[in-house]
Amino acid sequence: MRFTAIGVVIAGIVGLFAYAGGWLTPRSLSPASMINTFEQVNGQHPGFRRNHAKGVCVSGYFESNGRGVALSKASVFLPGRVPIIGRFALAGGQPYFADAPHTVRSMAILFELPDGEEWRTGINNTPVFSVNTPQGFHDQLLASASDPATGKPDPARMNDFLAKHPETAKAMQLIRSHPVSSGFENSTYNSLNAFRFINAGGAVVPVRWAMLPVQPFEPISTAPSRPDDRNYLFDVLIASIHSHPLEWHLVISVGQPGDPTNDATLPWPPDRQQIDVGTLTIDHVESEDINPARDINFDPLVLPNGIAASDDPLLSARSAAYSESFTRREGEHKDPSLVSTAETEK
Amino acid sequence: MGTTNNPTQFALLSRILHWSMAAMILVMLFIGVSMVTSLGNYHRLVAIHRPLGIMILILAAIRLINRKFTKLPAFPPTMSPRERFAATASEKLLYALMFALPLVGWGMLSAGHYPIVMFGPFHLPPILPANPTLYSVLRKAHTIFAYLLFLTFLAHLSAVLFHTLIVRDRLLDRMALWPIRSGKSKVNAD
Repeated sequence: MRFTAIGVVIAGIVGLFAYAGGWLTPRSLSPASMINTFEQVNGQHPGFRRNHAKGVCVSGYFESNGRGVALSKASVFLPGRVPIIGRFALAGGQPYFADAPHTVRSMAILFELPDGEEWRTGINNTPVFSVNTPQGFHDQLLASASDPATGKPDPARMNDFLAKHPETAKAMQLIRSHPVSSGFENSTYNSLNAFRFINAGGAVVPVRWAMLPVQPFEPISTAPSRPDDRNYLFDVLIASIHSHPLEWHLVISVGQPGDPTNDATLPWPPDRQQIDVGTLTIDHVESEDINPARDINFDPLVLPNGIAASDDPLLSARSAAYSESFTRREGEHKDPSLVSTAETEK
Repeated sequence: MGTTNNPTQFALLSRILHWSMAAMILVMLFIGVSMVTSLGNYHRLVAIHRPLGIMILILAAIRLINRKFTKLPAFPPTMSPRERFAATASEKLLYALMFALPLVGWGMLSAGHYPIVMFGPFHLPPILPANPTLYSVLRKAHTIFAYLLFLTFLAHLSAVLFHTLIVRDRLLDRMALWPIRSGKSKVNAD
């Protein structure tokens, strides 16, 4: 009898532990299953990021003008300059794909704050995100996977997905109607997810942010100018950094009560207060093969005091999935990047 | 309570440290195992996991020092030499893991080029250089040590329950938070 009691106690603790560890719900979406799906859709590319796999590393600085202090106590907004390192990349888990004008472009930035704090942000050149939940993201990934028989995505599967996800259908319309610029250097990058800024007085406001290029907008050319060059987007970026520092204005959109903070598919009204808080300057470019930014996880929830996550469910999921991707690739052999050192030193 | 013989119970500070750390470590193991499998709660859990781990490291240091300066109660006579050896060895393993897990976690975040955020603007310095291979090895070690700690905890709990419920030698009295008079207890110094 007493033996049974002991058995029940131990079995109960083990059972709870197994439940907490997800062993009793093996089909639920987890960081591991999310990254497994990336590997299934894109194939195995050891050593590379499972998403935004093709990229190049950059560095420079952010010069704050002090106007952000009213919104956030984060030290990055005090007037002055902080160093940054970053990475430009194309969305998708294929490190060897040829550049294409409509592939989503991303900018990842790590602000090195003077006291050892960091702000990491990964932002895209689309006006909104195409999904608003981790499950939606996962299912969209599967729906857009190439059919092994045809080598192309199956339109029926995508239509199925869109029928179940009207928010994605609406977001895709916004994304398609948004003018795409000619390259990385003149793209606007948007945080897509909402965050919260907390100022010294404790006031909290919902925000989104964007990097607005100083480089003038140019539309994409109708025909790919250099179809033989698989890295033409990266090569133009590299050449422009070599010729002069590139600049972006960091602009904070301040949300109002009622603005959606938990749905990245929905834009905020265009009349929201926009505050230009400083200028990002990028003056150095290096291949992933030799730059330490390759081994940085641009987790969007590495935030300084004064910036916090919103209730957007994608944020925690991004943090979790990026961590899983990071842990896998850091333990793997690293193959050279398609954007090689020879390329970045041209 | 005799002063010449070993005490019946662990010192009060030892008992308080034991139970508070037992709760923290158990919570920590559950947070750890669930955060790595959760998308929605990952951030919330990891934000508790880091400072709680450092808290356990600090308490483990206090506990080790405290143990050096206090007299330990004797094992009950019902424990065979082999049991005493197992109990001592598992205690040593528990102590080692109480230090190793937070230190490996801290080192792993350092090697992974992460800031080691505690709360607000307060964060810890890195204790290792950023290095992918080092990160990868430490990340695996963190998991293995955590499972080892969970198994050692289960063994410890099973042994105490066995003695308390089957042998009924009042082994648990040694660690009870309330005072136990030695006359009432069968546990005496031998």
